[in-house]
Amino acid sequence: MSTDAPEQHDFNKGRSRTLEKGDIFDYAKDPVNEAMSVEEKIKCFTDMVRIRKFEQAALQSYQKGKMGGFLHLYIGQEATAIGTISVLGDNDHIITAYRDHGHALAVGMGMNECMAELYGKYTGCSKGKGGSMHYFEPEKRFWGGQGIVAGQTPLGAGLAYALKYKGIKGCALCYLGDGAINQGVFRESLNLASLWDIPVIYIIENNGYSMGTSQHRSSAFPEDGLAARASSYNIDFDTVHGENLYEVRAKTNKAVQRAYEKSRPSVLEIFTYRYYGHSIADANHQRYRTKEEIRHYQENKDPINVWEQILIEEGHLDADKVKEIDKAAKEEAKASVKFADESPFPPPREMLSDVYHSVDNPGTHTNEGQIFFNDQLPF
Amino acid sequence: MAIITYRQALKDALAEEIERDENVFIMGEEVAQYNGAYKVTEGLWKRFGDKRVVDAPISEAGFIGLGIGASFLGLRPVIEMMFFSFVYVAWDQAVNNASTVRYMSGGKINCPIVIRGPANGGTNVGATHSHTPENMIANYPGLKVVCPATPADVKGLMKSSIRDNDPVFFMESTLLYGEEGEVPDDEDFTIPLGKADVKREGTDITLIAHGGCVLTALKAAEKLKKENNVDAEVVDLRSIRPLDKEAILKSVKKTNRVLLVEENKPFCGVGAQISHLIQREAFDYLDAPVHRISAVDCPAIYSPPIEKIQIPDAALVMREVRNILQIKA
Repeated sequence: MSTDAPEQHDFNKGRSRTLEKGDIFDYAKDPVNEAMSVEEKIKCFTDMVRIRKFEQAALQSYQKGKMGGFLHLYIGQEATAIGTISVLGDNDHIITAYRDHGHALAVGMGMNECMAELYGKYTGCSKGKGGSMHYFEPEKRFWGGQGIVAGQTPLGAGLAYALKYKGIKGCALCYLGDGAINQGVFRESLNLASLWDIPVIYIIENNGYSMGTSQHRSSAFPEDGLAARASSYNIDFDTVHGENLYEVRAKTNKAVQRAYEKSRPSVLEIFTYRYYGHSIADANHQRYRTKEEIRHYQENKDPINVWEQILIEEGHLDADKVKEIDKAAKEEAKASVKFADESPFPPPREMLSDVYHSVDNPGTHTNEGQIFFNDQLPF
Repeated sequence: MAIITYRQALKDALAEEIERDENVFIMGEEVAQYNGAYKVTEGLWKRFGDKRVVDAPISEAGFIGLGIGASFLGLRPVIEMMFFSFVYVAWDQAVNNASTVRYMSGGKINCPIVIRGPANGGTNVGATHSHTPENMIANYPGLKVVCPATPADVKGLMKSSIRDNDPVFFMESTLLYGEEGEVPDDEDFTIPLGKADVKREGTDITLIAHGGCVLTALKAAEKLKKENNVDAEVVDLRSIRPLDKEAILKSVKKTNRVLLVEENKPFCGVGAQISHLIQREAFDYLDAPVHRISAVDCPAIYSPPIEKIQIPDAALVMREVRNILQIKA
């Protein structure tokens, strides 16, 4: 195959259908959506806009050379994080992969600490030790931000296993990309989840590409759906249109109730799309897909636009309110950039803290001896 | 004090910690109904039931990862590797995830897991099943590595490891499971990680070892005393990380000669680190170069009589001590 031309395939074939208005409002009638207050609906909109503005600001900072490493943007996928997390209760836990900014904001982490982490600053959510791919906030039951593809899938099962062990009615949402489904450890996790009735919900955020490799070039029989592989473990699965927040919420809630009531796992495959490359370093993303494909999604299925239209039609939003929300999110993001800019880097001695609990908490362990092996330190 | 086997002491430690803390559970292949491939967990499933002693399918990456995730919420899984060599199929979970989560979360998450099992050669099971990865695991900041040699140590160190809030890799030896020794009966008996033990006092040379090689060194020391009137001191490291630097230096400064004995392979083995430590911090005390004996630097051979000579034995230790002390055999 020529390396010059984008690979030709029909992106929508077997993957998604055009969303009709009827579908959208079908899911609006689901009890979990019927129960939504106007405030909750607007909060979902606001939070999706906040994710987008945060990432647009992060992108600008990245381009100015303010941060190192990778920056995997979530833009285009916002309804997945917001829709799924918005149905959760106080005993439910969340873990995701490296495209984690959306989930972090969705669980309620602040833009300041998240932006500062990207900058490698001491005020970042991990004191500058984790970076873009490694956000954590256990107090909000958010366990990463996990860097290795599918590496989080047994951890998610473990979180849910612990809930069951402790007799707590709850579940764990464990997100993965379409590229992760071919990792062996995901299959091991599915087997354990089904075998031991673990209340974990695997959410495949299918954005069509594992880095630069389309689903058709990476997964056998993608036409049948990736979630369908769960059937070989007798796990319930479903597919979801990721641009329709009502549908995301309704189907997630069904899986959550299954976890609560039957302690059974589920797999949801949410069809979505990312507008930017795999990461910002991925300048060639137009090589594996066409501009038209990206534009088609942006014009027809942008999750923020779709939700905005729904709320306008329901009479909860108008152009002025949208503008106001937009402006506030933009300002919040701008302020987070300022916060990150003005924050200090971690002092070099911070390199050696948070490695061992026993070192950071003397007197709590029966530990002696040498634990670090630096002949001399650079500071 | 009772005289019991290494296996029994280990089992007692597991049982006592299961009783002591409701968050402790054992998971692994054949640990429950089958009673453990090496019988370490024999009887525990019958005594404590399905919740505390869990048979896992052959999915090391899956159930180690599950254990790590469960530990985030305060459970204390003790995961058995039937052979420590099997941890290799779970490297991303056991090493990448367990060693980094506390650091990358800025100290917000702990991972109090113990991964335990035999890590030794010498049993004619071929190269895939005979790895000794203590040096590799100790290379990862965030992880701890323990290699107990005696029944008392295995009990005291296992109890400390389970109570530790960091991930601990606990490496045993199938060849030690049947060894007997005195073990304190006290349920609060623990041994701190990072504290070496002088298993034999001596003045002429220091033998530093861990795991099964401690017994090899002790055997050699007794024979050297008889045959050459050499008094060798045997320092048992007990844990590799943390490492009891003070005990090593103290003994070296006393005897001025050192032989490092380990079943690890030589390249970047545990002995390489200790040798560096000694030359850097006790250079002026050395009357001879630091010598090392390790497993022969090739994969573990199957052929039973040949494998025997691949791993350090007492005769080899004695030969090397005589070399250092310039004693003719």
